[in-house]
Amino acid sequence: MLAHFVDHFDYWAMIFLAMAGLFIVIARGNLIKKLVGLGIFQTSVYLLYVAPGKIVGGTAPIVAEGFRVYSNPLPHVLILTAIVVGVATLALGLALVVRIREAYDSIEEDEILRRDHAPEVTPSRGEGAGGKVVP
Amino acid sequence: MAAEHLILAALGTPLVGAVGIALSHRTPNWRETVTLTTAAALLLCVAALLPGVLAGARPALRLMEVLPGLDLAFAVEPLGMLFALVASGLWIVNSLYSIGYMRGNDEANQTRFYICFALAIAAALGIAFSANVFTLFVFYELLTLITYPLVTHHGSDKARNGGRTYLGLLVGTSVLFLLPALVFTWHVAGTTDFAPGGILGGRLDGLALAGLLALYMFGLGKAALMPFHRWLPAAMVAPTPVSALLHAVAVVKAGVFSVVKVVVYVFGLDGLAGSADWLVAVAGFTILAASVVALNADNLKRRLAYSTVSQLSYVVLAAALLAPLSVVGAALHIAAHALGKITLFFAAGAIYTAAHKTEVSQLDGIGRRMPWTMGAFAVGALSMIGLPPAAGFVSKWYMLSGAMAASHWLAVAVIVVSTLLNAGYFLPIVWRAFFRPVSAEDERHPHGEAPLPMVFALSLTAAGTLALFFSPDVPLALAQQMLRGLP
Amino acid sequence: MNLAAHLPALQVVLPLAAAPLAVLLRGRGAAFMLVTLAAWAAFAVSILLWLQVNASGPISYAIGSWAPPWGIEYRVDSLSALLLMLVCGIAAVVLPYARASIERELRQDVHYLFYAMFALCLAGLAGIAITGDAFNLFVFLEISSLSSYVLIALGRDRRALVAAYQYLIMGTIGATFIVVGVGLLYLKTGTLNLADMGVRLQEMTSHRPVLAALAFLTVGISLKLALFPLHQWLPNAYAYAPSAVSAFLAATATKVSVYALLRFYFSVFGETAVFKRLPMEDLMLILALAGMFVASAVAIFQHDLKRLFAYSSVAQIGYIVLGISFDSVTGLTATIAHLVNHAVTKGGLFLLLGAVMAGMGGVTLARVHGIGRVMPLTAFGIVLCGLGLIGVPGTAGFVSKWYLILAALEKGQWWLVFLIVASSLLAVAYVWRFVEAAYFHAPRADLATVREAPAGLAIPAWTLVGATIWFGLDTSVTVGSAARAAAMLLGGAP
Repeated sequence: MLAHFVDHFDYWAMIFLAMAGLFIVIARGNLIKKLVGLGIFQTSVYLLYVAPGKIVGGTAPIVAEGFRVYSNPLPHVLILTAIVVGVATLALGLALVVRIREAYDSIEEDEILRRDHAPEVTPSRGEGAGGKVVP
Repeated sequence: MAAEHLILAALGTPLVGAVGIALSHRTPNWRETVTLTTAAALLLCVAALLPGVLAGARPALRLMEVLPGLDLAFAVEPLGMLFALVASGLWIVNSLYSIGYMRGNDEANQTRFYICFALAIAAALGIAFSANVFTLFVFYELLTLITYPLVTHHGSDKARNGGRTYLGLLVGTSVLFLLPALVFTWHVAGTTDFAPGGILGGRLDGLALAGLLALYMFGLGKAALMPFHRWLPAAMVAPTPVSALLHAVAVVKAGVFSVVKVVVYVFGLDGLAGSADWLVAVAGFTILAASVVALNADNLKRRLAYSTVSQLSYVVLAAALLAPLSVVGAALHIAAHALGKITLFFAAGAIYTAAHKTEVSQLDGIGRRMPWTMGAFAVGALSMIGLPPAAGFVSKWYMLSGAMAASHWLAVAVIVVSTLLNAGYFLPIVWRAFFRPVSAEDERHPHGEAPLPMVFALSLTAAGTLALFFSPDVPLALAQQMLRGLP
Repeated sequence: MNLAAHLPALQVVLPLAAAPLAVLLRGRGAAFMLVTLAAWAAFAVSILLWLQVNASGPISYAIGSWAPPWGIEYRVDSLSALLLMLVCGIAAVVLPYARASIERELRQDVHYLFYAMFALCLAGLAGIAITGDAFNLFVFLEISSLSSYVLIALGRDRRALVAAYQYLIMGTIGATFIVVGVGLLYLKTGTLNLADMGVRLQEMTSHRPVLAALAFLTVGISLKLALFPLHQWLPNAYAYAPSAVSAFLAATATKVSVYALLRFYFSVFGETAVFKRLPMEDLMLILALAGMFVASAVAIFQHDLKRLFAYSSVAQIGYIVLGISFDSVTGLTATIAHLVNHAVTKGGLFLLLGAVMAGMGGVTLARVHGIGRVMPLTAFGIVLCGLGLIGVPGTAGFVSKWYLILAALEKGQWWLVFLIVASSLLAVAYVWRFVEAAYFHAPRADLATVREAPAGLAIPAWTLVGATIWFGLDTSVTVGSAARAAAMLLGGAP
């Protein structure tokens, strides 16, 4: 049992990170913390790809004299792309949070929902809310 | 002109007319001229098809293939010819009447009214000429939607609620039952084309066959079989010409026409043997129950509506008997009831326009002030009861003979009892109108007949009711031809 | 160089290149011209591809001449050709509309960014439909998703920001699930080419990682296609986005996700693996039915028309997924035909709602009172599209319903037939809420002088309304393509 765990420790790490990330996304009301959780969740998948690419005893995949075993480069390339996507998502998410803070004066989810349902709040973005509405 | 072109012309004329009505909405006189011209042109187109059909021709037209193997197609067979004749003929009279009624009561949105009317007739003709169940279904649904603005013409809360019931029941039944029936027919038979002798070819029996029949009969909600009849009285919120259209010509006749057509051309009379007994019972119950309700209704239009419910079930009952004679009676009754009932509605509308009366109990002595109207009413009432010299006698005669030939004593009993009930709720109106003195209150509000176009229209249909008794040759020939294709 | 041979690449490259160029041009007029031309060209390309596929079978195109399965393959078969035509066609109609629409809804200095994002979104959606590579599919999915988050956030109401954020969270979780699924498949098969994957998976259908991959992909894609109960992001996103964006996304985004689902299910896993090892049929059936009924019922009680029709979208996705659950040619034909039919209908509907927004200043039911009198054409168009949603014969919706019922009958499931037709009665209920608001009430006093929508809004909207009617009468393109694609997915001729 323990041996099984040790042999697959990379998978366990991945599962732990994924669950931790998802938990933060679901449990936290703070919009920034949600994004942090989302980042952790995405990172776990990077591990899922990169870890199996490692081949014991292999070297960097550059053809040269004297080396016969190479690591698989493809997962790294894929994950490079995925990281870029992740960064873009995070940047966009943060930008949205900034705009939400400008519009609602809060980044707490329940607070924001309350403000939209409060009767005195006008539904359109007001002054200082960043989005100056063109009539 | 080739017969195929005539079909296209018959379907297209009301559409062109609708466009013309829309374009001339600023000048009411011109608009009404367009309506009447269109109606006349339509009747000419339909009448031009008649000699060929009587001679045995079955012109057909395939418009387009909607789904693989499923066409939007038309074919003129005798029953459809009869329905088309009734619809297009009565449209002229109804237009004439509408002009008097709409102007006399200063109704709003008259252009929309005439447009929807023309479109409704186009949809009714589409049903009449449909060559398969699919085409019938398409136009059946269109007819419901097009008549919705007519039913809710007044735009009041009452109209909206009536419209809800109307649409809810008609769309509800057709979507819940008719559509599955259509797809099931296609699934079983591989075609939905109407063919003499039916298309199921014995592929269904027992419970499945009775089930499919039930889907069709309740799915064709326009035939107002209980318990799906509530839309008909609800639709009474409409202006009277619409009620006349709905309850005499286009909508309810589309329902019973489809019933007869499905029984004869999808199931085939022989194919149904033994599976339609329950339908006789349901139709019989509807006839009697609706008559009892009519007996207790004081509102004139409501009484007429329930009378329609019961008269429609005559057609269903006659079709369900599966006896050739009774099916001929069913086809005849489509024409006879249309003429009689439109007369009665015209009279109700004339009374409302001239005297602003809606209840039966208010009609004391009105026959002396509106002799033409009430005379026509009496003719229509005779036809409903089934007494000579009105058209209703002929169709009832065939139905009764069919029931006796089939030794279906339950049906015979229903027809006899319902005749008494019919007399029970129609004759008092006639008696009241002609033999009771005018009340003191009414003495102070003298009035005469309704506007001339209305009186002319209702006299015309009353004359038609009588004429159909003396010479039912054309409808009879068509009805018999319908069965001659049977093996 | 033979241009015709490079059509598959052009399909994606045209809008993809238009995006940065639009940013460089900065002028809103120039950006509009550029992106619209790119979208029209992409539409033309998609039509050519469709014709080519119909004439001579699937097209395989090796990006950078790296032969598949090593390089990235673009593969156009009858299903992807139809999807490409749908996506590019909707974009080609929506863009001219957007010009008139964002004039009213967005600040002028962000217009060129709007067009750039629109072009990116189009490139991403087209890319999903055309690529034959699993990881490439994920990348295109993210391109389209990221740009659509931005587009939604542009909405005038501040709730658009929250809606975009929620969509971003849900969408990213969904995309990450998809990456996990793809990763597991890659670990098992050592390939990323979808077709190659499918071949190699044949021998390992019962391996546990493969089943796990199936589960991850199902959940991930279901999130993107808003399958009940994973639909929570959709109503707000559609309701608060700018009108043109609502229309474009409602018509294309979820549809392309359905395509991805079909692709993975039938081209990669092969129907046996998916539908026989796991109770996928039952699961899909239950979720589809729940979506059809619950979402329709919720729609009946909405006060905002955009939200109302957004919930109706969730219900209609139920129909689409129901077709998949039948696992038969008829069922898949229904799915694919409804994909197109619903896209056209809902796209037209949201475009018309945008016109209502422009005229009446809002789309709540209370505000559109009497719209039948002040904006008669627009109101009539909405009614026509509503009839399409109900599935009245003569509209596109009827065609899809026909095949769904037929598929249920083929399986002998009578109860399902009645559930399908019963759910369309719920559609009558929510469509009729609009009808009664539009025709049975007098317009508000301050709105009584509103004029009919300008041509810039009306013409694109009526193009789609016309298509709704057209596809209800002439089904040779929709049902024809759908039947071919269904046969191909289930292993028949391509």
